[in-house]
Amino acid sequence: MNNIVSLNNLPPGKQCIVRALGMYGEARRRISDLGLVCGTVVKAVQKSPSGDPVAYLIRGAVIALRSEEAALILVEII
Amino acid sequence: MQSVGKAAKGAGLYTTKTKNASKKTARVALAGNPNVGKSTVFNSLTGLNQHTGNWPGKTVGCATGKFLYGDTEFTLVDIPGTYSLAASSVEEEIARDYVCFENPDATVIVVDATCLERNLNLVLQTLEITSKVVVCVNLMDEAERKGIWVDTKRLEAELGVPVVGACATKSKGMEALCRAVWEVVSGKIKTNPIRVKYSPITENAISIAQNAASRFLPEGQSGRWAALRLIEDEGSFTDSFFTYLGIAPTDSEALTGALAVAKEYLMKNGIDADAFRDGIVSEIISTAERIAKTAVVFDNDGRDDTDRLADKYLVSKRFGFPIMLLLLCIVLWLTVWGANYPSMLLTKGFAALEKWLYATFISINSPYWLRELLVSGVYKTLAWVVSVMLPPMAIFFPLFTFLEDLGYLPRVAFNLDNYFKKARACGKQALTMCMGFGCNAVGVMGCRIITSPRERLLAIITNSFVPCNGKFPTLIAITAMFFTGAISGFFGSVVSALILTSVIVFGIFMTFVISRFLSSTVLKGLSSGFMLELPPYRKPQLGRIIIKSIKDKTLFVLGRAVSVAAPAGLVIWLMANIYVGENSFLSLSADFLEPFAHLIGLDGYILLAFILGFPANEIVVPLIIMGYMSKGSMVGFESLYELKELFVSNGWTWLTALCVTLFSLMHWPCATTCITIKKETGSLKWTLISFIVPTMAGIFICFAVTIISSLFGLV
Repeated sequence: MNNIVSLNNLPPGKQCIVRALGMYGEARRRISDLGLVCGTVVKAVQKSPSGDPVAYLIRGAVIALRSEEAALILVEII
Repeated sequence: MQSVGKAAKGAGLYTTKTKNASKKTARVALAGNPNVGKSTVFNSLTGLNQHTGNWPGKTVGCATGKFLYGDTEFTLVDIPGTYSLAASSVEEEIARDYVCFENPDATVIVVDATCLERNLNLVLQTLEITSKVVVCVNLMDEAERKGIWVDTKRLEAELGVPVVGACATKSKGMEALCRAVWEVVSGKIKTNPIRVKYSPITENAISIAQNAASRFLPEGQSGRWAALRLIEDEGSFTDSFFTYLGIAPTDSEALTGALAVAKEYLMKNGIDADAFRDGIVSEIISTAERIAKTAVVFDNDGRDDTDRLADKYLVSKRFGFPIMLLLLCIVLWLTVWGANYPSMLLTKGFAALEKWLYATFISINSPYWLRELLVSGVYKTLAWVVSVMLPPMAIFFPLFTFLEDLGYLPRVAFNLDNYFKKARACGKQALTMCMGFGCNAVGVMGCRIITSPRERLLAIITNSFVPCNGKFPTLIAITAMFFTGAISGFFGSVVSALILTSVIVFGIFMTFVISRFLSSTVLKGLSSGFMLELPPYRKPQLGRIIIKSIKDKTLFVLGRAVSVAAPAGLVIWLMANIYVGENSFLSLSADFLEPFAHLIGLDGYILLAFILGFPANEIVVPLIIMGYMSKGSMVGFESLYELKELFVSNGWTWLTALCVTLFSLMHWPCATTCITIKKETGSLKWTLISFIVPTMAGIFICFAVTIISSLFGLV
């Protein structure tokens, strides 16, 4: 299981499946409402000019997340 | 703004008819995720017969409009876009409260055909609350272009409420949407909405609290959704529940008791708040996933690569910032260059009219003071404001709306977010700053999109570091007079645009500095999360842009400026003509301010003009002019060259021009903005801080510039 990383370490262009959310309370609710829950397929599409945030393709929508949030999401690279 | 042309007249006629025939009325909420073309649907349905609430001064937070269908007059309420009814920002709370508690006769949910699955989250959540729902699948044409095919019949069968496919930009599907709304409201269609079933433990917890909650709801509404939300809520929903339904704390004992029992039951079964929420969200999401699978067919992987390709350049490491600056510069250049000629024409026209007015006043033997008061006081100020403000605004607003409709502004936030993070602020602040270009009061209201209260305050306080349209004429005029110098024509406007761009970039830099400073003083804290959707690029509709920006923005801002300019002209004329001993009241005031003004590179008249310009920034330059003219140097100012002569003869140097530019960029927010800040924060303290912070920054910077240039003997 060495292909488990946190989402911020997912290289652009790669896809992954979400395995665990490490945030709680409102932050967890907000991110789940965008469709990001365990089992969701996520693709890193684009870094911003300064490298952070990164835009991810989540269920057909492109959502930008900061590295701090992405670091709390454990994913399995596929 | 409500009564415009034919549509309003129609509505007027209609109202009288209503009384006789006692036709029905109904209220319809228009909900949806952000960026799904909700406002286009709104415009298509209501035409010009609407009331835009986006500008401050109107009490409503949501735009409303009317349309007729069958025997019913519908009032459509455009509620803010939201991804979910579990609200986190103020704006989302407004949306949630409307859907949950305002009890509209029907709710239309606009969803994006290109991204249906994610949009179904809000649809399923709303269906738990009300069965009077119509789903409008917008952007069908865009989806088809991307090879995404939505089967609306299938979707309708799955959801159990009417589903209408639409393409609002071409007004396609609007008739069908009206019909569906009418059918739902009139009861011709009995809807049978899908119910998401949760795990047995969750369902048990809900049924424990359900009856206690339903007691407070309007008849016919099930307490199920309320119980669900009350159990999972962390405060804001519960507050709204009690306020909207007018529940006194003493009445709520049964409910709070039942909720406590439900929560205890959950805990006993090992389900804490997060696990409870996870269960609900994932149930809804998997239902959405299942429905989307049956109702949507993809030709390829469903992704059009044009957007990704555009983003490769527009937000790339190499081109992201240069393109952003270039776009800003181009917008400013077009504004300066395009406004030049019409401004000149207007000025000439107003000057001719002034001569005529003057002659007329003399020919009817009007008293000298009246003539002077009305022509040199009121009229001159008005003429300046209109001729210098109108052309740049009429160009700038449409250009900016174009970028907005294109979907570029979220990319600006994406580019800049890292710097906002370093300033411990939210990247969405970039969006509120963009709104501030139009009007700071609008920018301040826009801060509702920012989730964290601390970051929202940062954005509110620093919004006036973005020069609003009212400051543009001052900046443009001073740049043209003192900085572009002998360069005129095409290159002159390019140089002006470059200088304006640097002024704005400096304002943005100050926003970062001040945000960071506030984050470690009065608004201590670290940056919280940031999630921002980068919507697909969309082809802007030129017609809509022009109507929207002229009607809603240009005319509105101009109207406000004019209504302030007239009394301000009157006041300054009176000040110049009321004598206290030897000196006019105006020169006494200016003399009083002189020592301090001198320290920051201005003079007494300039500072006085800024103070009197508190109601609106547009009038600062005309007030300076009138102040100087009252000293007896009667110079005509039909061109900027003559105006420069007037300024130079009053001691202006490049340093004065620079300090006026900087002070114009950074001083107190105008009166409208202050009132809006008070309304938005509900606090006098934060209004005061929003007043003081930019003022101190301006004084400090101007003081530093003055000291440095005199130390080095630059002036």
